[in-house]
Amino acid sequence: MRRFETLLGLAAAVLMVVAAILAPWLKFVLTIALAKGIAVIGIMLLLRAGQVSFGHAVFIGLSAYAVAFLAPAVPEALVLLIAGTAVATVSGLLIGLFVSRYREIFFGMLNLALSMVIYSVLEKFYSITKGTDGIRVELPRFAGMALERADFEWAIFALALVLAIGFALFARLYLASPMGQALSAIKTRETRLEFMGVPARQVLLSAYVLSALMGGVAGALIAMTTRHVTPLLAYWTASGELVFIAILGGAGSVLGPFLGAVTFELVRIYAGAAVADAWQMILGGVLLAVILFAPGGLWGMIQGALRRRAAP
Amino acid sequence: MSEPLLSARGLRLAFGGVRAADGIDLDVLRGEFLAIIGPNGAGKTTFINMTTGYLRPQAGTITYEGQPITGLQPRAIVRRGVARSFQLPQLFTEHTVEENVALALAARDGVWSPLAPLLRPRWRDEARETLERFGLTALADARADALNEGARKLADIAMAVALKPRLLLMDEPTSGVAASEKMGIVETLVRVLREAKVTAVFVEHDMDVVERFADRVAVWSQGRIAALGPPAEVLADPVVQREVIGIERHA
Repeated sequence: MRRFETLLGLAAAVLMVVAAILAPWLKFVLTIALAKGIAVIGIMLLLRAGQVSFGHAVFIGLSAYAVAFLAPAVPEALVLLIAGTAVATVSGLLIGLFVSRYREIFFGMLNLALSMVIYSVLEKFYSITKGTDGIRVELPRFAGMALERADFEWAIFALALVLAIGFALFARLYLASPMGQALSAIKTRETRLEFMGVPARQVLLSAYVLSALMGGVAGALIAMTTRHVTPLLAYWTASGELVFIAILGGAGSVLGPFLGAVTFELVRIYAGAAVADAWQMILGGVLLAVILFAPGGLWGMIQGALRRRAAP
Repeated sequence: MSEPLLSARGLRLAFGGVRAADGIDLDVLRGEFLAIIGPNGAGKTTFINMTTGYLRPQAGTITYEGQPITGLQPRAIVRRGVARSFQLPQLFTEHTVEENVALALAARDGVWSPLAPLLRPRWRDEARETLERFGLTALADARADALNEGARKLADIAMAVALKPRLLLMDEPTSGVAASEKMGIVETLVRVLREAKVTAVFVEHDMDVVERFADRVAVWSQGRIAALGPPAEVLADPVVQREVIGIERHA
């Protein structure tokens, strides 16, 4: 299964590149999907510990705003990526120190509450953040090169793809490691961990900081792709979207977040084009169908189909 | 006799009006198997919970290997060599039995590198070897939530033993186990613990088990130790027979 997972991941990466070449408008959609997929890997780590955050878009938002604020002074995509990620990671550590004391509904709601506080700051402090108008991100350089807009978009797409592969591989190793296994042990018997000498809270905190880091990477990529940041990036519906994608894709594999993100973005675009006013309803229907008929998400469906084929 | 491994002095803890510990003084000697018996609610589990850091006594001290451990966090106490098992086995139910033990090994070694797998050869081999000693080899790949009660109890204790403790506190290692399995489980346990030179304190309701395997027995009654000594002596005491064993046999 692990080998199949690797092959499927590589095939999906190649397919994305081909799709982006054949239909240039897809490049934008796929870059956003890859970025969200990276953020959703972070959600998946927390899900392994049985915790659901309804506020993780805040790390996307904080990173995106860091990029927007810094871009005029430091117009270099790679530096902006690192800066945005650093802001999100440090925020993740500060928020994580607090929320990692709580579990389940309290964990979820505290994340939601804190994210809404930060959202309000982004929205209300107009003189600094331009409120709901948002901030335009000027085209930065990429690795020192001043690229045309189309070339820059290719560069960010490639960067997102490389980072997505990197984070997926990292998450796969992490989840199989003692650290990752202890993370999923939090879900079933946290007390036992303590009686084995493991500081369970620190295990959860480290995963939380990692998830904020991944949110930060996603936020920087999104800011440089849409080149316009608004507080909506950190709004609670955006956080809900990440959880939605995690469930849609399935938490059983690191490919799940990307399957979920690509499907989500495509359904949103096609549903939005077909029935402009009812696309949320279609997405809701998709989620309902997944929860009822495929609780393992899209990855679970693929896995099930493979098992059926493998069985005599 | 050898010097005490663990000493409790004047432990007191009340839950509202219930005195779960009302002046507990107890020395656990190196290498011994000490049974704790007594009616439900006498404070037996409370003693284990205080010793392992889950509850903090309101008064009194606990010293282990000469060092005070009163009120330390469970994880600080376990790192000093005091492990416990649970009346209701506390297994990681979504992991296999082997992974459960391997996690205990990783915890013991304090290795948390996020990139190397849990089931690396070193821990996999040791986990297999530990499971073999407990007669659980056939269940190594089974998910922990698929085991019967006897196997769950043994797996729970195997995890504690994997931590290489010098003192192991077991809360009713045979409760909920089918009568036919009970002696087999205790024999396995005693053999493994003797081989590993682990001192053991165990709460037990079965007097046959106590008589056969305990070096000493402590009788708990309303948060106090009512009697302490070799099983043959203590269990023959008419007061113990009436107040403790009588209740136990009817329970």
